[in-house]
Amino acid sequence: MDSFACPLPPAGDAMVLLGHGGGGSLSQRLIDQLLVPAFGPADGVLHDAAVLPAEAGPLAFTTDSYVVRPLFFPGGDIGSLAVFGTVNDLAMVGASAIALSLSLILEEGLPMHLLQQVLASIRIAAQRCGVPVVTGDTKVVERGKGDGIYINTAGIGRVDHGMQIGPKAVRSGDAILVSGDLGRHGVAILAARQELGFRTELHSDLAPLQEPVRALLAADLELHCLRDLTRGGLASALHEISRGAGLGVLVRENAIPIAPEVDAACELLGLDPLAMANEGRFVLFLPAHQADRALAVLQRFQPSAASIGCVRGEAVLLETSLGLQRRLELGRGESLPRIC
Amino acid sequence: MSRPSRFRRPELVHQLAAELRREITRPWTLMEICGGQTHAILRHGLDQLLPEQLELIHGPGCPVCITAEAAIDRAQELAGRPEVILCSYGDMLRVPGSSARTLLDVRAAGGDVRIVTSPSDVLAIAQAHPARTVVFFAVGFETTAPATALLAHQALGLGLGNLALLVCHGRVPPAMEAILAAPECRVQGFLAAGHVCTVMGVEEYRPIAQRHGVPIVVTGFEPVDLLEGLLQGVRQLERGESRVFNAYPRASQDAGNGAARALMERVFTPVDQHWRGLGVLSGSGLQLRPPYDALDVERHFGASMFGASMARSAAGNGSAPGEPANPCISGRVLQGLARPSDCPAFGGHCTPERPLGAPMVSAEGACAAYHRYRA
Repeated sequence: MDSFACPLPPAGDAMVLLGHGGGGSLSQRLIDQLLVPAFGPADGVLHDAAVLPAEAGPLAFTTDSYVVRPLFFPGGDIGSLAVFGTVNDLAMVGASAIALSLSLILEEGLPMHLLQQVLASIRIAAQRCGVPVVTGDTKVVERGKGDGIYINTAGIGRVDHGMQIGPKAVRSGDAILVSGDLGRHGVAILAARQELGFRTELHSDLAPLQEPVRALLAADLELHCLRDLTRGGLASALHEISRGAGLGVLVRENAIPIAPEVDAACELLGLDPLAMANEGRFVLFLPAHQADRALAVLQRFQPSAASIGCVRGEAVLLETSLGLQRRLELGRGESLPRIC
Repeated sequence: MSRPSRFRRPELVHQLAAELRREITRPWTLMEICGGQTHAILRHGLDQLLPEQLELIHGPGCPVCITAEAAIDRAQELAGRPEVILCSYGDMLRVPGSSARTLLDVRAAGGDVRIVTSPSDVLAIAQAHPARTVVFFAVGFETTAPATALLAHQALGLGLGNLALLVCHGRVPPAMEAILAAPECRVQGFLAAGHVCTVMGVEEYRPIAQRHGVPIVVTGFEPVDLLEGLLQGVRQLERGESRVFNAYPRASQDAGNGAARALMERVFTPVDQHWRGLGVLSGSGLQLRPPYDALDVERHFGASMFGASMARSAAGNGSAPGEPANPCISGRVLQGLARPSDCPAFGGHCTPERPLGAPMVSAEGACAAYHRYRA
């Protein structure tokens, strides 16, 4: 009877079809051939929800959706981004990720080998963070209705410290540190889209931040606030934290680490490096007397980490390289190169 | 940040500022023409270093700000057509036309609107999509006009039939004349835009300096350049001089860029143009000459299609009938008669996210500069 069955394209060399999200045999095949081998469960038996062992103490929970274009860029891809991004959000409250969900929205016609590459990247990234993907879902939308792959991940993390890390804990006089040089991801993506008008060797800074945060916690530092610098960059993060804390900040332009390639690309296009996206950098607020120790910890992971300013007053201010103060402007959502 | 270039070196900047403070003896008012200069002044905080007697008025040199609503309406109308790919420079996409709509809105509604950084991108897009009509909404002053001219020249040479140009380039000297001729004018001297002079040279400015008795200093965009320009301007004013002085010789030569000028003259001819906020200025725009006028959108699409939008935008200043009047004072800001912070809507009803006028939109608009950098 097999010879009369509708021939199914082998998962290895075809493209994604609407049927792969339809719940029938194509869906089953996708799950059996790609998803279960990548993420488990070990016995291959699937159920509607994952059951996690409960532990005493608070949990952190977060979700994020990933729609990056192009899917593969220098220094990463949408798969590693979807894992690190969510793990990093958990890290920003000092939590260690213990479980991830993975929801894929695929566009009809996506080459199956690209999906395989992205899934492999997700698996490697999750392994690197020591977090299992415990549940997931796949849907397929018609061709032209998506950019190849959209991914949503949610993450649960364990909180092993007693601090309330967040804007409310920020105090006047706190030191402000960044975990590395800024703007690489934003410029790398613009370059990968060939929207810069010139080539660059720059790679995204995409990286998991669990380790540096664990190291800060292990050093017994009083972490007041952590924020990963994603869309909107440092400028947005400082404005948000300032608003949440009801306090101002002053950062020094000269102290903020920017790679020369990022600086040059932004200068040419009239973009603000402080508003450019990052995917592996965070800003840290803590008592000034602990700043040197924290900086030493951060520099073990990124030598370019730096202490950039302090909490004071009410406004978000930048001390320019000329020693003058002005308002630190917020990014404008979409980075549009200027005219002349 | 990376090591500051010598044009940002703090000790040089402070030394020039000290010289300026030492030499100024009376109140003077200078206008920096270019919005890029306005932004650089505020971004680096240079305004805080200037002596009290020196007042800076921000000029109309922001191509996005001065582009007429009618032109933006045309661009929107074209971008809404299914066969059209409309290309322009980034900030043009945010500026409202005669309705509150922007090209970004048109894009969100399904229009194919693309940001380019160079007209050569437009050529590539037109070649890659032979079945579509690619419209380049060409804005900017003498800085970007030569690149548009090159595009027109190449398109004609290649026999490219699917490219059309919506040309809204502006020429700076007629705007300077208009500002000086206004009865309320307080401008006593200009910082001319260095990059415009890199292309055009300085000859066009000599008759203006002579006729109106104002010093014109060709000035760059880095902190050291700007303070040098201001110092040269104040020096001339203190001595009662009114000359054209090139304080940006590393980029601008008196004769300009001969090749770029020749190409512009071959492709364009000056035309009266409407500047947002300033009105129609004689010879202040550029239009395509034959045979390049074959690329003009009107020739391409037929003049009649624009009838409706032209009539609509001629009727008002951003407010449709029945809507409350727009309190935006951008016209006065662009003429240097008011500061952005004088506007009742500034920072309240009008912000970069919800702009009432173009100067709040553009990376070079004076209102946006005040909103972003003034603490």
